[in-house]
Amino acid sequence: MARIEMNQIAHSYMEKPQGSDDYALKRIHHTWEDGGAYALLGPSGCGKTTMLNIISGLLRPSEGRILYDGKDVTDLPPERRNIAQVFQFPVLYDTMSVFNNLAFPLRNRKVDETEVKRRVHEVADILDLTPYLKKKAAGLTADAKQKISLGRGLVRSDVAAILFDEPLTVIDPHLKWQLRRKLKDVHEQLRLTLIYVTHDQIEALTFADQVIVMYEGEIVQAGTPQELFETPKHKFVGYFIGSPGMNFIPCTLSGNEARVNGFSIPLDQKTADAAASASGNLELGIRPMFLKVHGESVEGGIPVTVKLVQDQGSFKILTLQLENHTLQARLPEEHSLPGERAWVTFPADQTKLFADERLVG
Amino acid sequence: MNKWEDNKAWFLVLPVFIVVAFSAIIPLMTVVNYSVQDIFGPGQRYFVGVEWFKEVLNDSRLHDALWRQFLFSGLVLLIEMPLGIGIALLMPKKGWGVSASLVTIALPLLIPWNVIGTIWIIFTRPDIGLFGAAINSAGIAFDHTASPLHAWITLMFMEVWHWTPLVALLAYAGLMAIPEAYYQAARIDGASAWATFRYIQLPKMRGVLTIALLLRFMDSFLIYAEPFVLTGGGPGNSTTFLSIYLVKVAVGQFDLGPAAAFSLIYFLIVLLFSWLFYQALQNVGKGEER
Repeated sequence: MARIEMNQIAHSYMEKPQGSDDYALKRIHHTWEDGGAYALLGPSGCGKTTMLNIISGLLRPSEGRILYDGKDVTDLPPERRNIAQVFQFPVLYDTMSVFNNLAFPLRNRKVDETEVKRRVHEVADILDLTPYLKKKAAGLTADAKQKISLGRGLVRSDVAAILFDEPLTVIDPHLKWQLRRKLKDVHEQLRLTLIYVTHDQIEALTFADQVIVMYEGEIVQAGTPQELFETPKHKFVGYFIGSPGMNFIPCTLSGNEARVNGFSIPLDQKTADAAASASGNLELGIRPMFLKVHGESVEGGIPVTVKLVQDQGSFKILTLQLENHTLQARLPEEHSLPGERAWVTFPADQTKLFADERLVG
Repeated sequence: MNKWEDNKAWFLVLPVFIVVAFSAIIPLMTVVNYSVQDIFGPGQRYFVGVEWFKEVLNDSRLHDALWRQFLFSGLVLLIEMPLGIGIALLMPKKGWGVSASLVTIALPLLIPWNVIGTIWIIFTRPDIGLFGAAINSAGIAFDHTASPLHAWITLMFMEVWHWTPLVALLAYAGLMAIPEAYYQAARIDGASAWATFRYIQLPKMRGVLTIALLLRFMDSFLIYAEPFVLTGGGPGNSTTFLSIYLVKVAVGQFDLGPAAAFSLIYFLIVLLFSWLFYQALQNVGKGEER
């Protein structure tokens, strides 16, 4: 087990990177605490897999150092890093039995055969693979195969962290939940550092204590699922997390208020204070579930046109037109629906201000 | 269900029947026809039953040719399969080297077979051949027209040079189809290069290697043009393979009956061994499953 530090890591797949656009990872500085369950969330191509491969040692970063428990491992190959990695598609040695698959990493490290037997049975027990031990790995279902891939990581007693690269992609939906539960169990039992790459926010939010959101080669925010939801540090986080994503409308500032198309929207004290020094492209952001929709004119309400109502079962999604801006609001099932005209208010404590895509305050 | 409508479907497979009939069944049946008759001339023929088959099976020269043929095919497979896999493993996986090595390696496959024989005749000639003259001037008397051993050595070199590229290309295609994640997992599992080959590359190449093995077995078992041009079956009968002997019987002596019987037996041997190889390779390492 280990604490993994990424010290000013940058990586480019090109031999002579010119500008920052040539980098798949742009100066990552982050620490993965020992025993944490992390999810690495981001769209395809944001550098998640690159980051994972740098941690496991499959890639050597162009710049920066990586440390395990303070020891520099930047130049160590993966087999000497005590790391396990589970890939998107189950990787098996399909001519071997399940037992031999699980024993493979130990035998490669010349572990004593009685110890191999003990470890394999222990891990097979945790992963419910015991009945399959004598079978050929090739004939099993995708979820069992993925458990074997995971098992090959767990058998090594010295393993520092387990990295998952979208491991549930090929698993049937009804088994996904089960397998995710299993991963959680394994984590609670063994207290290993788990880093889980996904582009599925639900997977990330249910699996991890800490979610790291990546965007275009940078970590834009690291925090608990709640923090990501309530105070997105970057426009991308607001947009990527939550369904539907956060509403953004361009605004200007005047004192403690934001102005949108001549309407004024109050900001809370903290945001207003920080806003004084904000510059660049200003936008207001608010989660659809925090936007208040009224059927009649209210104090400070901004008139909007209701364009579309989508019933999602336990809630409704309203698409609203505020002159040239589109807003979405999420209303509970029992909330009364406005007519074609409605008025919206922005609760100050849930209204965020973004300057050049980053949160102000 | 209406039976009449079902029967109509036969018209749809009729074209295939016709093509297969003309391409395989009718030619094969004419051979069967010859194999059971003694033909003296147009209109003069007698039904002789399995007489030709008996004669052919008791022909000691054919026995010799058959063992020679097995030795040849056996050597071909033993040399070309490992060598082809080895070459494939050494070939570059990316960059400009890929196309360069592919083209270089495929060159022998592009040469007409009788030209290959001619090339090697000249190459090994003791007086002017690059190889023949060089080795003779080094003090080793090498002449494939005089020594059966030298004829075999020359033949094997020619065969390996000509056909190993096919095995290499197929094996290379198999290697390139292995997803990168397998290699990454193997590295993380601490697998040695040998273990990676044994447990990832070799099993993943099973399909293409089966094809390579079958192609190499059939082609080498049916080999004709190259040894015919290079040695003409000699010196003596030392490189007279089945097909060379068959042509001698059929065209040289015009014994159509025995030649037809011989062809059918030849065909059945190839079929039998191809089937055995296929079954063996499909089942290798599947013993424990389920």
